[in-house]
Amino acid sequence: MPGSCRVYRVMIRFENVTKVYDQKARPALDSVNLEIDRGEFAFLVGASGSGKSTFLRLVLKEDRASSGAVYVAGQNVAKISSWRVPRLRRGIGVVFQDFRLLPQKTVFANVAFAMQVIGRSRSVIRETVPEVLKTVGLEGKENRLPHELSGGEQQRVAIARAVVNRPGILLADEPTGNLDPTTSMGIMAVLDKINQNGTTVVMATHDDDIVNEMRRRVVELRNGVVIRDEAKALYTSMIPAVGQARRARDAGDNPRPAQPESPRPAQPEGTGSALHAGEGQR
Amino acid sequence: MRLAFILGEIGSGLRRNLSMVVSVILVTFVSLTFVGAAGMLQLQINQMKGYWYDKVQVAVFLCSDGSTAPGCAAGPATPEQQENLRKLLQSPAVAQYVNDFQFESKQDAYKHFKDQFSNAPIVDSVTPDQLPASFRINLKDPEKYEVISENFSSQAGVESVIDQRQLLERLFSAMNAASLVAVSVAGVMIVCAILLIATTIRLSAFSRRRETGIMRLVGASKTVIQLPFILEGVIAAVIGAALASGTLWAVAHFFLGEVLAKQYPDTAFISPAQTLLLAPALVGLGVLLAGTSSLLTLRRYLRV
Repeated sequence: MPGSCRVYRVMIRFENVTKVYDQKARPALDSVNLEIDRGEFAFLVGASGSGKSTFLRLVLKEDRASSGAVYVAGQNVAKISSWRVPRLRRGIGVVFQDFRLLPQKTVFANVAFAMQVIGRSRSVIRETVPEVLKTVGLEGKENRLPHELSGGEQQRVAIARAVVNRPGILLADEPTGNLDPTTSMGIMAVLDKINQNGTTVVMATHDDDIVNEMRRRVVELRNGVVIRDEAKALYTSMIPAVGQARRARDAGDNPRPAQPESPRPAQPEGTGSALHAGEGQR
Repeated sequence: MRLAFILGEIGSGLRRNLSMVVSVILVTFVSLTFVGAAGMLQLQINQMKGYWYDKVQVAVFLCSDGSTAPGCAAGPATPEQQENLRKLLQSPAVAQYVNDFQFESKQDAYKHFKDQFSNAPIVDSVTPDQLPASFRINLKDPEKYEVISENFSSQAGVESVIDQRQLLERLFSAMNAASLVAVSVAGVMIVCAILLIATTIRLSAFSRRRETGIMRLVGASKTVIQLPFILEGVIAAVIGAALASGTLWAVAHFFLGEVLAKQYPDTAFISPAQTLLLAPALVGLGVLLAGTSSLLTLRRYLRV
């Protein structure tokens, strides 16, 4: 089994993972092989239905893979018994496009909720929550209700809630999908800060501006297949489409597991070519 | 901390779902009242059976001071007469029908009387002298009552020979039928209660799906997520059971104690305190109902 000796370095590993929701339709994920290291920041990009959300769900053990194995922090999630799943999820923070805050609770209570339900003591909560709110840039807004906050601030609350229990992994499913570009950059700064503190961040997104700005690892999915896995990459590949199979990764000393070559006809990536025109100047 | 958290969750759940919770309380209240009514009827039957009912079939009462029966014109039964009766019981002609017999002295009779009528006012006005001594006879074949009756009615010192079963059996069969009806009604109501509890828990789980979704994501354990819902149903059922117990107590106190006991002073009725013995059983039944039905519902409607 490749990589079993570096279990502690690899936070998320997909081995030949296929997920089929409907036998008649094409699989949502099709023999995906992928490794994400501890402390890494990776973008999952691809059109709707390309399998990004399925990927995240499999990491959380919300679904089980139809075949192949998913390892999270060295553990095969298929082998985690149902009563231990909560422990797995405590090690993973999740952020969504629609924030998912509790509308009748204040900012403080929303973040504290994540600690209460796993039985943290009141004193620890009172100490930790303000700290985390400061990290996400919400000092002084502890007693606001979610509807009194802007979208960006709400997403910051959601991020604070996701990381308050210090998970090793943060999964973000289009966290900037509902936000304007400036606000999105603020959110990215928060996620980046969290990543700097050692948390592995995996972010599914459509937002090409952000991906291009951040210059982090980009994993591109199309129809459930990984068609690109590039370090410090852009939203669309700079490599000509025909060269995709070369799987050029900047860090040549750290080769990714070989990806199955996409049998699909090579096409220019992305749909709005106008958006990409300015990429070079950014 | 976690306990306080769970209690808070229960509180908010009960408040949000108040009308459903009230209906659960009422349905469990009515169903458990019927269960309790059946229990009360059985208690009452036991009370009326007294000390001897299950042990013997026939009682041969001896003459006492106040006896007015023709055979007692000579006054209370003498020790000799008593001895003669004992011999007659042991004679081959009678003994072949008799399984066993016991002599109940006036003191014994007084003791048993006091037990049976402990909650009736009559007990204070009775002295051991007023109660007849008796032979209590257990027959090999309860149908052979006539044999005893023929042999003993005419004996000197015998006031009367009574087949206790015949007196009470008809009443008891009516009461048993009534408890059967009560149990059947209770059965239907319990089904109703189970379905209602399931619906309530489902609604509750639905109205709090945001919270439970977040709890799941941040890794709350199954217990922390599900316990508030289960306890919600259990609390409602316990309140219903408490109301049912209170109702039974009130029936025993006001109806049996104040009304029936005055109309039928020579009948032994159960005391209100005895009905409270049913309360733990009713509460237990309520908890069991609510616990299992909410657990089954959550399994289907609250993924963890």
